[in-house]
Amino acid sequence: MNLIIEILTYHLTILFALIMAIFLGFELISKVPTVLHTPLMSGANAISGVVIIGAIILVRSSGSEDYVSLALGSLAILLGTINVVGGHAVTNRMLQMFRKK
Amino acid sequence: MTALINLVYLISVSLFIVGLQRLSSPKTASSGNLIAALGMGLGVLIALFAPMESGDDNYLIIIGALVFGGGIGLVVAGKVLMTKMPEMVSLFNGLGGACALLISIAELLNFHDSGTIELAPYLTTLLALLIGSIAFTGSLVAYGKLSGNIKDSWKLPRANMINMVLLLTLIAASVYQLQVLDTMDLVYIIMILSLIYGITFVLNVGGADMPVIISILNALTGVSAALAGIIYDNMIMLMGGILVGSSGAILTLLMCRAMNRSLLNVLAGGFGGTSSGAVQVGDQMVKEVNIMDASIMLRYSTNVVIVPGYGMAVAQAQKICKELEDLLEEVEVNVRYAIHPVAGRMPGHMNVLLAEADVDYSKLLDLEDANKFLKDTDVTIVVGANDVVNPSALDDPGSPIYGMPILEILKGKHVIVLKRGMSSGYSGIENPLFFHEKTSMLFGDAKKSLNSLLDELKTIV
Repeated sequence: MNLIIEILTYHLTILFALIMAIFLGFELISKVPTVLHTPLMSGANAISGVVIIGAIILVRSSGSEDYVSLALGSLAILLGTINVVGGHAVTNRMLQMFRKK
Repeated sequence: MTALINLVYLISVSLFIVGLQRLSSPKTASSGNLIAALGMGLGVLIALFAPMESGDDNYLIIIGALVFGGGIGLVVAGKVLMTKMPEMVSLFNGLGGACALLISIAELLNFHDSGTIELAPYLTTLLALLIGSIAFTGSLVAYGKLSGNIKDSWKLPRANMINMVLLLTLIAASVYQLQVLDTMDLVYIIMILSLIYGITFVLNVGGADMPVIISILNALTGVSAALAGIIYDNMIMLMGGILVGSSGAILTLLMCRAMNRSLLNVLAGGFGGTSSGAVQVGDQMVKEVNIMDASIMLRYSTNVVIVPGYGMAVAQAQKICKELEDLLEEVEVNVRYAIHPVAGRMPGHMNVLLAEADVDYSKLLDLEDANKFLKDTDVTIVVGANDVVNPSALDDPGSPIYGMPILEILKGKHVIVLKRGMSSGYSGIENPLFFHEKTSMLFGDAKKSLNSLLDELKTIV
């Protein structure tokens, strides 16, 4: 119970945003036609790479001697960037094929 | 400065939303992807240059990792074949999960180093770790299965029980850790258990159920990103993560509905193999058709439907389908493609392959439209599809796929099935379609068969 109260006090604004985002997400995605499901998925996949923002903040806020954080954070940035850049690039390739007509 | 940063923040989130909105039509989709990418770029820029309270910035490391990762991403994305899309998406998805996993571990370590632990952010971080780990190994196993490195026959005995025990242990361990919060030891155990759970939960899922699994894994990575957004109080991460989570969740539901199965049933992996009630068809005869008869049938049809399946992807036969379509359209035969939602190995897999071959997307019919069109169809060509055209789904209550909505190709006049041999489909379920009086088989590699059909047709049009 205490935990729930603490969560509500700690993250209230972001929880509001969370709820709005869930409804918005369902609203937006349910409009995507079947034809575009694969690009939707790979595009969404690229967007899920936003975690690199967290990784960047992590590395920036670490001291230059904090090797554990630096190692974990830089590996996270590396993998996340492959996801983001590769995901958007491959989605772009697919969508170019749909645009030709 | 803070005002400017907040403004860019807002713009970045809006770009994500507009980008996804534009994905709802093939004409605007391409710009939608670029707009979302721009939003991502802005988000990264803020993360790089917003003033920080503490830390040494470590720009050299960050820029290095960004450039190196971006380079790898571009090269891989430029090279991959369209038929390999499901593998590619799984692999990228796994990397996103790994990213969430790594930062969660680092943040949990920081919590323990700092001495004071607040419960709420700790719980969020622990959840991000758990879900990120499951998405990571789950996606890698999905990648392995799709690329053929992990055989579909490699199954765990009593997988359901193992999964249940793992899941309960994970929950119990997490609750306990939140009570004691003394060391990181239990956190590592939770991580390892989550990694194992990711493997066991994907390993037993059949190949034909891959569209569902890829969608779930996609949703999980989105959720772990959103949780990480809560950790850093970062609206871009939260919004991006939730949008991905919703997209994955919706696709999961659509795929399950297209197979008329519950999510639990898919996860239990009970499809096929145990098909106790399946029709015994061992002695029945199939009818073969030769290239010449088949091409004459096609030439004098009014409406022809092509049903693509995973076999088309394997044989890389999409371009030759398009050539066949062009030739038939020249002599005023209408050609349409009937696409089942779960054909292939990921949602929309067939649409992408046909788009690659320049097929106009107005010729691609979804399940409902296809079943209307099939009534007036003279010849249906099945290219490497199996379960999605299995009539047992309609009339055999004993069949494991009974009740699944299928493409009802027997409503048309004739069916030609292109197939390598008489093995049953990926799910191992017998298909009475092959023995039906309306059906003729054309054995051989789909691409070769279509090529010979095409050559033969050229001589008579």
